Amino acid sequence: MSTTTGPAIQVRGLRKSFADVDVLRGVDLLVERGSIYALLGANGAGKTTLVRILSTLLPPDAGTATVCDLDVATRAAQVRGSISLTGQFAAVDEVLTGRENLVLMAQLWHLADPGARADELLEQFSLAEAGGRRVVTWSGGMRRRLDIAMSLTGSPPVVFLDEPTTGLDPQGRLEVWGAVRTLAAAGTTVLLTTQYLEEAEKLADRIAILHRGRVLVEGTLAELRALLPPTTVEYVEKQPTLEEIFLALVGDDPSDAGEHAEDGR
Amino acid sequence: MSTHTLHETAALTRRSLRHVLRSPDTVVTTAVMPIAFLLLFVYVFGGAIQAGAGAVAAGSVPGTSYVDYLLPGILLITVATGLAYTAYRLFTDLQGGIVERLRSMPISRAPVLWAHVLTSLAATLVSLAVVVVAALLMGFRSPAGPLAWLAVTGILLLVTLALTWWAVVAGLSARSLDGATAFSYPLIFLPFLSSAFVPTATMPGPVRWFAEHQPVTPVVDSLRALLSGQPVGAEIWVALAWCAGVLVLGQAGAVLLFRRRVG
Ligand SMILES: Nc1ncnc2c1ncn2[C@@H]1O[C@H](COP(=O)(O)OP(=O)(O)OP(=O)(O)O)[C@@H](O)[C@H]1O
Ligand SMILES: [Mg+2]
Repeated sequence: MSTTTGPAIQVRGLRKSFADVDVLRGVDLLVERGSIYALLGANGAGKTTLVRILSTLLPPDAGTATVCDLDVATRAAQVRGSISLTGQFAAVDEVLTGRENLVLMAQLWHLADPGARADELLEQFSLAEAGGRRVVTWSGGMRRRLDIAMSLTGSPPVVFLDEPTTGLDPQGRLEVWGAVRTLAAAGTTVLLTTQYLEEAEKLADRIAILHRGRVLVEGTLAELRALLPPTTVEYVEKQPTLEEIFLALVGDDPSDAGEHAEDGR
Repeated sequence: MSTHTLHETAALTRRSLRHVLRSPDTVVTTAVMPIAFLLLFVYVFGGAIQAGAGAVAAGSVPGTSYVDYLLPGILLITVATGLAYTAYRLFTDLQGGIVERLRSMPISRAPVLWAHVLTSLAATLVSLAVVVVAALLMGFRSPAGPLAWLAVTGILLLVTLALTWWAVVAGLSARSLDGATAFSYPLIFLPFLSSAFVPTATMPGPVRWFAEHQPVTPVVDSLRALLSGQPVGAEIWVALAWCAGVLVLGQAGAVLLFRRRVG
């Protein structure tokens, strides 16, 4: 790889708005190489928007974002060679077989032996048996795993996973977690978004909570726990879960009602 | 084009061709309507049309039948129906997130578009062959030599390419699946107001004027001349000029839209 040793992802003062919504209002983020970083946030918090900017699909309005020391706005082509994106909604080709999907990705990455890489990934994601069947016959969980496998075909150093386990059963979720841990162990940086607080707790080295266009809090799980010091000692039998921290920080903010009111009626 | 770009175009075109091969119904559906028109006009309306237009018209070249007269127009209708699927495939790729995935990958942008264009040409060519075989079964005969057939194929490919860019425009700009394919309806209808079914001389004033000045007529006349072994007149240049204009305009629009939507 490159000789640079900066963080895998660095975001400073990132802003993005669509027509009438200010989605990102000055986001700062720092993700160390080889770590698993979880981005939490309610629906509409801007997680997908941030991931799309980082994966060069969307230009930011202001601020800077670098991936592997490459600016996503000005060096987009190089950034694409260092990342992979698994979007929020599965982007697999249903007409092709699972294996053909992976072979296509391997060909587009110009790998020497696309077939071998495809078989390797099918094996890794427990899809070998179904590999020869058209994806249209697959279950949602299998498609999601294929979707992730397709993203990993080129073994890029930075991986974005937008809600990778949404819609998966517990078994499928564990498999994806396993794959994420394997990636990180091999030195890959993983930035994932999730709705499942437990997922962030179990998987991530660091966690950021995105709220109303900014990173509200950021840190390791222990650091986030420390934000809520137990006030009455005798009741502290278990530490607060991340869910409690999350809801305490985000939950009952009356000025926040606007966005939800729109959804509600 | 770099070898990488060629490699990517080949991989994506193979993928897209698999879509066509795995839903042979799209090729069949493309050919079914033109063949139905062929049957209808040859066996149902044919007699009346020939009786009515006989003096001026169709069978004016001795030894040719109405199916011979009809085929060029039917082939253009085949092109138009096939292109609906080009728009359809592009639209579903955009909707399904495949294009989004490709956009985040370190590949050139052009192959994403060219794969669809090449597939469009290949799929249309197959449908055209199916329709020609059907016409042969219905008595179509042509004295044309290999060179004339080559010219016919070339013109049809040029028409297909020119209109494919419009299919791309439709696929890129549509908001719904029906919207994506609707662009082909007027194209299917246009041959009816041309010399494709009856000679323009039989038409009333304004209709006749339109028929004689719209692009289908010179294209159909050129194809008909080539297929019946007749010398091609100046209409071939009018036809080629129309094709070039439609192609340049369509490609410019398609590339512009593609840049805006895909990058
Ligand atoms: N292309 C767009 N045009 C207009 N508004 C958009 C666009 N993309 C996103 N938005 C708006 O930006 C806000 C944030 O959307 P985003 O998809 O980033 O949220 P999210 O955190 O990923 O939510 P979810 O958990 O539901 O996936 C939403 O209010 C959404 O409506
Ligand atoms: Mg999202």
